[in-house]
Amino acid sequence: MAKGQIVAGCIAPHPPHLVYAENPPQNEPVAEGGWEQLRWGYERLRASLADIDYDAIVLLSPHWQTYVGTHFLGLPHFEGLSVDPIFPNLFRYHYDMNVDVELAKAIHDEAEAAGLPVKMMENPDFRVDYGTITTGHLFNPDWDKPLVVISSNRSTAYYSVEVMQEMMIELGRVTRKAIEASGKKVVVLASNSLSHRHFTTESEVPEDMSKEHITSHAMHLWDMRMIEYMRTGQAQRILDEMPEFTEQAIAESDGGGLSWLLSTLDVPTYPATLHGYGTIIGTGNAVVEWPCHAHEVSEA
Amino acid sequence: MSAGEVVASFVVPVHPHTVLAPEQNAGWQRLRDAFDEAAQTIRELEADLIIVYSTTWPSIIGHQIQADPNPEWVMVDHDFHDLGSIPYSFNIDAEFAHAWDEANQNRGLQSRCVNYKGFPIDVGSVVALTLLNPDNKIPAVIVSSNMYANRSETTVLAKACLDVVKAQGRRAVAVTAMSLSNRMFTDFIEPENDKIHSLKDDEWNRKILEFLEQGRLEDVGQLSRTIHRQIRVQKVVAFKPMWWLSAMNGNRNDLTGRIMAYEAIHGAGGAVVSLDPTPSGAGDKEYDEDDVEYFHGERGVLDTIDEVEDDGGSPPQEGSKPTKQGPDLWEPTEAEGSVNTTTAPKPVGAYPHARRVGDMLFLSGVGPRQPGTNAIPGGPIHDNEGVPLEYDIRAQTHAVVENVRRIVEEAGARMDQIVDVTTFLVDMKRDFAGYNEVWAETLGKVGPTRTTLAIDALPTPIAVEMKVIVHMAD
Ligand SMILES: [Fe+2]
Repeated sequence: MAKGQIVAGCIAPHPPHLVYAENPPQNEPVAEGGWEQLRWGYERLRASLADIDYDAIVLLSPHWQTYVGTHFLGLPHFEGLSVDPIFPNLFRYHYDMNVDVELAKAIHDEAEAAGLPVKMMENPDFRVDYGTITTGHLFNPDWDKPLVVISSNRSTAYYSVEVMQEMMIELGRVTRKAIEASGKKVVVLASNSLSHRHFTTESEVPEDMSKEHITSHAMHLWDMRMIEYMRTGQAQRILDEMPEFTEQAIAESDGGGLSWLLSTLDVPTYPATLHGYGTIIGTGNAVVEWPCHAHEVSEA
Repeated sequence: MSAGEVVASFVVPVHPHTVLAPEQNAGWQRLRDAFDEAAQTIRELEADLIIVYSTTWPSIIGHQIQADPNPEWVMVDHDFHDLGSIPYSFNIDAEFAHAWDEANQNRGLQSRCVNYKGFPIDVGSVVALTLLNPDNKIPAVIVSSNMYANRSETTVLAKACLDVVKAQGRRAVAVTAMSLSNRMFTDFIEPENDKIHSLKDDEWNRKILEFLEQGRLEDVGQLSRTIHRQIRVQKVVAFKPMWWLSAMNGNRNDLTGRIMAYEAIHGAGGAVVSLDPTPSGAGDKEYDEDDVEYFHGERGVLDTIDEVEDDGGSPPQEGSKPTKQGPDLWEPTEAEGSVNTTTAPKPVGAYPHARRVGDMLFLSGVGPRQPGTNAIPGGPIHDNEGVPLEYDIRAQTHAVVENVRRIVEEAGARMDQIVDVTTFLVDMKRDFAGYNEVWAETLGKVGPTRTTLAIDALPTPIAVEMKVIVHMAD
């Protein structure tokens, strides 16, 4: 069997506003548009990967929050209605998705062997979180690739960013190992915002872009600093500054996605492509791709 | 119709074990038995409304209130999905929900109702309503816990709720779905090995329960921030439920409390506590934090364009809003001992907000204007042309007291150290009663000496101003 390969790694946001603004048939509310910069960013990401062949998407979402270990969706098919508990006015999405249970179990088993507490989620009534669905939709609106969905362990809240990062670097390492052993071609996807301070009021028309801006100058500076490291192949500096970034920008990297992603990509030293940046109710969001396929030579 | 009231309050745990697996652990079973007994008590009290404040339903845009008359779905916990599923079909009082939403907005809160098929009702609410209202006979209402809300906002949320309980003459039961210490074991455990995560968590839990058993709800509210730092994992939702529950009970310390069960759920502190409004006879204790009636808010971040700080010194523009009228604003002066804060309105002349001399703190006259916007709660007393306008003296007086509090706290002093107040009213006949009422609810509880004078006018279109002296020594 050929060695498995990560063809791309991405960080991409999941506020439901983006799906709302896009008006796909699966979502009930109707919008007049909005957040185009980010939606076009997703479009460029999709175009960039259109000619790249891959078998599965491995995704970590901070809205499946687990306190006891890291969990993996463990049944082949999920469908139902996802209503965002925070923005139910924007997101009521009928989803229908397939899971690569084999790959999920392989990562689960590697993580277990490495001493991480892990569990397969095998309750058929489980509702998939809206972060997974938003990013899943925007990354692949046809839903024609199976996903591996990994929960976000809340170790930042329980211990510290440093402990979270240690765990996520280990999880990233075993994710890579399992992917390589699987023989599959995979995209890894961290679904999260960068700076994460929200507005606490919503404008009359949620998609009124005249109201949209970053919550503060400091948040903007942090976002740009992180994006600059991504664009210039300095992933290690992102990991080094993760505690300060997470604390000062109240960043959604607290969910571990970004640390996990960079570790899965073996802390890349080549530049990432910024496909888009924009704010969503004040939070900072970027669509970024590390084009691993161009930098990692398959040994097969 | 009888006057509405809160006939009982309960603190209940959030995790699904009490519904799905009580038989697996003797402690979980004791919690379940306590739930069942609480349900029995609620029936016997002939309550006609159950109000749940849930810490497992976080919100960002203000508070959300469930308003689907019959929400139905199957709840699966994000962590404990292997325990099974909880199907639910609840009886929600949508009319009450909408009235509460309106009452929130009347008190300055950001608020909205949610009524969407398939809305994922959170685990804490599902567990509470499943066990406390098993036959769904009693209509219920659920409110979220706002991740950015502070004490004043949470207190006002409860007061708005009470407005509706009273207006509708309801016999309400108030429930907080919450853990005490919320630190769980981060690894999987066998049910028989469950215990409180650490000795420290257990000690703090017992301290909280001792207060609750003595009916000292307001004191637990006072301690909330400390409790949060000590035994709470810093999740999005802080230890706010006691602020809400305390305010739902009039911020009292003399309720009749009973600990019905206290056990571990995967390491977290779970308790079923009942609080009966009947005075325990212990005598009420002092209330030592400012009591807020209206939320003036740190919110409105979307409106920054309209709310830019007044640059001071620019004369009122023609056609400007009535609230912008009046004299130029000045930066406060900075002589030795001056105390100035951006959270109080800018002066209308060259003087500081307050000045400290030894233990004594002297405040400049404080009116109701709001910092930043210069708006006058309750409305200005006349328009640009001097035509009298209808205004609310109670709202103005509340705003004055709130501004006083901001300056006093900026100086590092406390409201209960205020020793002397001189109040100026522009219309003694019209306004004394309303002003006096707010005084009794606020500074009257602190007990400074007071002198009230009628004067011809104040520099801005306001009806009330206070001159305050504070003695800062303990
Ligand atoms: Fe998020």
